[in-house]
Amino acid sequence: MATVFKRPHALKDLSMHYCPGCTHGIVHRLIAEVIDELGIEGKTIGVSPVGCTYNNYEYFNCDMVQAAHGRAPAVGTGIKRVNPDNLVFTYQGDGDLAAIGTAEIVHAATRGEKITSIFVNNAIYGMTSGQMAPTTLMNQVTTTSPFGRKPDLHGFPVKVCELLSTLEGAVYVERVSVHDIKNIMNAKKAIKKAFQIQMAGKGFAIVEILSTCPTNWGLKPVDALKWVQDKMIPFYPLGNFKGKDLEV
Amino acid sequence: MGEKLLMKGNEVIAEAALRAGCKHYFGYPITPQTEIAHYMAKKMPEVDGVFVQAESEVAAINMVYGAAAAGARVLTSSSSPGISLKQEGISYIAGAELPCVIVNIVRCGPGLGGILPAQCDYFQAVKGGGHGDYKMVVLAPSSVQELYELTVDAFNIADKYRIVTMIMGDGILGQMMEAVEFRNQEEIIPADKSWATTGTEMKRDNNMVTSIYINPEMLEKHNQKLQAKYKQIEENETRVEVYNCENPDIIITAFGTVARIVKNVIKTAEKEGIKIGLIRPISLWPFPTQEFEKYAEVPKAFLSVELNAGQMVEDVKLAVNGKRPVHFYGRMGGMIPSQQEILDKVKEILK
Ligand SMILES: Cc1ncc(C[n+]2csc(CCOP(=O)(O)OP(=O)(O)O)c2C)c(N)n1
Ligand code: SF4
Ligand SMILES: [Mg+2]
Repeated sequence: MATVFKRPHALKDLSMHYCPGCTHGIVHRLIAEVIDELGIEGKTIGVSPVGCTYNNYEYFNCDMVQAAHGRAPAVGTGIKRVNPDNLVFTYQGDGDLAAIGTAEIVHAATRGEKITSIFVNNAIYGMTSGQMAPTTLMNQVTTTSPFGRKPDLHGFPVKVCELLSTLEGAVYVERVSVHDIKNIMNAKKAIKKAFQIQMAGKGFAIVEILSTCPTNWGLKPVDALKWVQDKMIPFYPLGNFKGKDLEV
Repeated sequence: MGEKLLMKGNEVIAEAALRAGCKHYFGYPITPQTEIAHYMAKKMPEVDGVFVQAESEVAAINMVYGAAAAGARVLTSSSSPGISLKQEGISYIAGAELPCVIVNIVRCGPGLGGILPAQCDYFQAVKGGGHGDYKMVVLAPSSVQELYELTVDAFNIADKYRIVTMIMGDGILGQMMEAVEFRNQEEIIPADKSWATTGTEMKRDNNMVTSIYINPEMLEKHNQKLQAKYKQIEENETRVEVYNCENPDIIITAFGTVARIVKNVIKTAEKEGIKIGLIRPISLWPFPTQEFEKYAEVPKAFLSVELNAGQMVEDVKLAVNGKRPVHFYGRMGGMIPSQQEILDKVKEILK
C-alpha cells in the first residue's frame, strides 16, 4: 500500500505543547515539509524565538539555535555569515519580531541577509498571557488593553510586510494565512519559495503567517479560525508584496 | 619572536585576533576603540573573513552568539555604554556555553560619561553585568605587547572552556603607539566543536544551542556544571605579576595602565628610602586571591590605586582578609593620578 501522508522527516516524533486550536503546529509542519521536499535538512539551521515557540528547537530534526527575545535575525546573521552554505531560518512571533526585535528584523532585511524569516502573527503576546502586541487590531481586547486597543492610547497596528517591502534588501515578502486548507496550501508555497530564494542567494525573504491564539483571544478553536478570516485578513491583506516573479 | 612594529594598541588587538584565527568581527562604532573596527573592515577581506557593522551593540553581540554557535572564532569590541547594551547577549552566551572574545576599551561613566580613560567597569566585568550566575574571564593588559599576547590567549581560553573572554583596557592603552613584537606563528590550540550548529549533513543527531532549561532540576544541574567549570578556570587561568615584593613597606595593587604609573612611583620612592611592592592582577577574573593571601602579612599595608571610586579594592580586602589595612586611592572622570599624588598617599599611610 502506498503511503500518502506521513510525518515529515524534518519534524521529530514528539507531541507539541501548543494549546488546542493553535496554528503554530501547522506552521511547524509546513516548514518541515518544505525542508523535506527541498532535501535541505542536513544544512538547515533554525533559530527559535522567545514566545510560545521558544522551545521549538526540540521539534525540528535540523540543527537549531535558541535566541534571545527579538534577536533571532541577528543570531541568524551570525550563523549565515560563518557558513554561507547553510540555510538559515528564523521563527518569530509578532511581539518578538515587531516589538522588541524591530531593529534586528529591519536591519537584517536592510543588509539583504540571505536568511528566511517565518513570522507568525497572532495579534497578541501568546506566551505571557495575552498582552497587546504591536499587531493587535483596533478595539481588540487584550490583558493590557482591557477596554480595547484605542488610537489615542495605543496607536495603530504595524503592517510588517508593507513596511519591510520598502527595503531593497528584502527581495521576497509575502503574507499568508493558515485558517483553512486552501490557505494552508498557499502558505506552504510561500514558505517553499522563501527557502528557494535563500538557496538561490537572492537576499532576505520573509513570510508573514496569520495565526490563531484561541487561548488568549478567548475563542473556541473554530471561532478563532473565523476571526482570522473576518477580522485579521481585512486589515492584513494576504498576498505577495515583493519577489513573486523572482526566478529560483 | 618575529616581526617588531610600532603600532597603536587598538590596531594590535585587531591584528592579534586575526593572527589567532578570528575571521569574524561584528561591532558598532564607539570611541575610544573604533580603530579595531577600521582595521577589521580593511583586513577581513584579505583573509576571506567577515566584517559586519551591526545596527547596535545588541545586534552585534547576538551576531557573535550566532557565529559562535556556528563554530567560529569571533570578536566584538566596544566601550562602556556599548558593553552595557551587550549584557543581555553576554548572559545568553554564558548560559549557552559559547566561546567568544569581547574587548572593552573602558571610558568614564555613568551614562554617556566621557571618552577619557577609566576603570569604572571593573564590577560590571568581574561580578557579572548581565543576569544570572555566570562568569567571564577578564584579562587586563598594561602594555601594547601584552594587548597582543593576551588577545591571542583570550581566543584559546574562550575555545578551551567555551566561555566569554573579555579584554579590558582603557583609552590610553587603545590609543597608545608602542613597539610590539609578533611571533612568527601563533599557537592556536585546537578545540572540540562537535557541538556547533553547522548542519547535520544527515550524518549525526541535530545539535541544539540554548540557554533555556524549563525543568528546574536540569537547570540546577546546568548551573552546577557552569560553576564547576569556573572553579577549574580559577585553578588554571589565574594570572598575576608580582613586582618588588620582597620586604616592602607597602604593597600597591593596580591593574592595566595604572600599574605602569605605579612602577614609576616605585623607582622614585626607592630614592627616598620607601620600598613599595606591586601586585598587578592580569586576570581580573579569576582574581589572584592566592597571591594576596601569600603576601597578606608581608607589608605594613596595602593600597589599591584605580581609575574609579573603589572597585577592585573590595576583592583585595576579601583576599587580604583583615590581616593588614587595605587603603584606596582613585581618580575618576578621566583624571589620571600623578606619581606625586600616589607617593603622597603612600607617605600618609606609612606615617
Ligand atoms: C527581554 C525579555 N523581555 C520579555 C520577555 C517575556 N516574554 C516572553 S514571550 C513574550 C511575548 C511573545 O509574544 P510573541 O512574540 O507574539 O509570541 P507568541 O507567544 O504570541 O507566539 C514576552 C514579552 C522575555 N522573555 N525577554
Ligand atoms: S497561548 Fe496562544 S499562541 Fe501560545 S500555544 Fe496557546 S494558542 Fe498558541
Ligand atoms: Mg504573538
